[in-house]
Amino acid sequence: MSGDHGHTWHPPSELEARTRALESLLIEKGHATPEAIDAVVRRYETDIGPLLGAGVVARAWVDEEFRARLLDDADGALDSLDLRGFEAEHVKVVECGPKEHHLVVCTLCSCYPWALLGLPPSWYKSPAYRARAVSEPRAVMAEFGLELEDDVSVTVWDSSAEVRYLVLPLRPEGTDGWSQERLAGLVTRDSMIGVARPLEPRTVAA
Amino acid sequence: MRPEPGLELEGPIAIPRSNGEPVFGAPWQSRAFGMAIVLHESGAFEWADFRARLIEEIRRAEAEPGNPGKASNPDGSVYYACWLNALSAVLDQGGVVPGYELTGRCEDFRSGARDDVH
Repeated sequence: MSGDHGHTWHPPSELEARTRALESLLIEKGHATPEAIDAVVRRYETDIGPLLGAGVVARAWVDEEFRARLLDDADGALDSLDLRGFEAEHVKVVECGPKEHHLVVCTLCSCYPWALLGLPPSWYKSPAYRARAVSEPRAVMAEFGLELEDDVSVTVWDSSAEVRYLVLPLRPEGTDGWSQERLAGLVTRDSMIGVARPLEPRTVAA
Repeated sequence: MRPEPGLELEGPIAIPRSNGEPVFGAPWQSRAFGMAIVLHESGAFEWADFRARLIEEIRRAEAEPGNPGKASNPDGSVYYACWLNALSAVLDQGGVVPGYELTGRCEDFRSGARDDVH
């Protein structure tokens, strides 16, 4: 539809229209402001990212006492760092070993440790990942480039409203003496979901 | 600049592997997301109720024949459509935004009678 005054008006898609309608009603009724919504989006898009989770993993690699506490009582350990999710969910940390690997999925929707990893990537929400991570985890990991030896056991953890899982990956070899901060640079979001290993030290050298 | 989402997709059930992809496929998705968080933080609904609705919506969407939800739907529109439905439902249920009001307002935006929120 073209306007008479030089502007072109494009009708919004159905979903755009419904989103705008809801926002305008919430503003009118005093339940939300555009600024508050902006702030939340910014917070989850940029401020909270996998960096927080990476810091937790790196600390566990260098601080044995913290590692033990994190595995035993992740909520308490995260509270001590002031890292709590807005949903107040429980977090459980599962540790990979030389012969033990962990993979996280949410088969029902997309439960995810937001407070530590930010928003879930689109593939985490996809029906393909949610179904196949359970039925053929090794094939899924292989598609991400993670090939595990046959004698490495794989445990798949299905997140729920009550418990969110975070994978504590194996510390890469060749990182002796590295600082916590430098180690955190190796910890990717995907490695904390379990579909990848942390970065190799040589890839981030210098 | 955001890359176009989903370009790495190689097949209908391939899972994109990018580590740096945008989390929202369109601006409306981020608004729908932000509204739910703001309203939850202000106590308008219980997150457990929202989540139960979301699961129900996702299950329904994926059961529809030919729904792109069957594929990876890399732009996230199916997922956030379910999100929006779940949010509308809990807000209707709690009397925060009655469904009939939302339906009427949708029509205003669809027709161009209103254009004050983007």
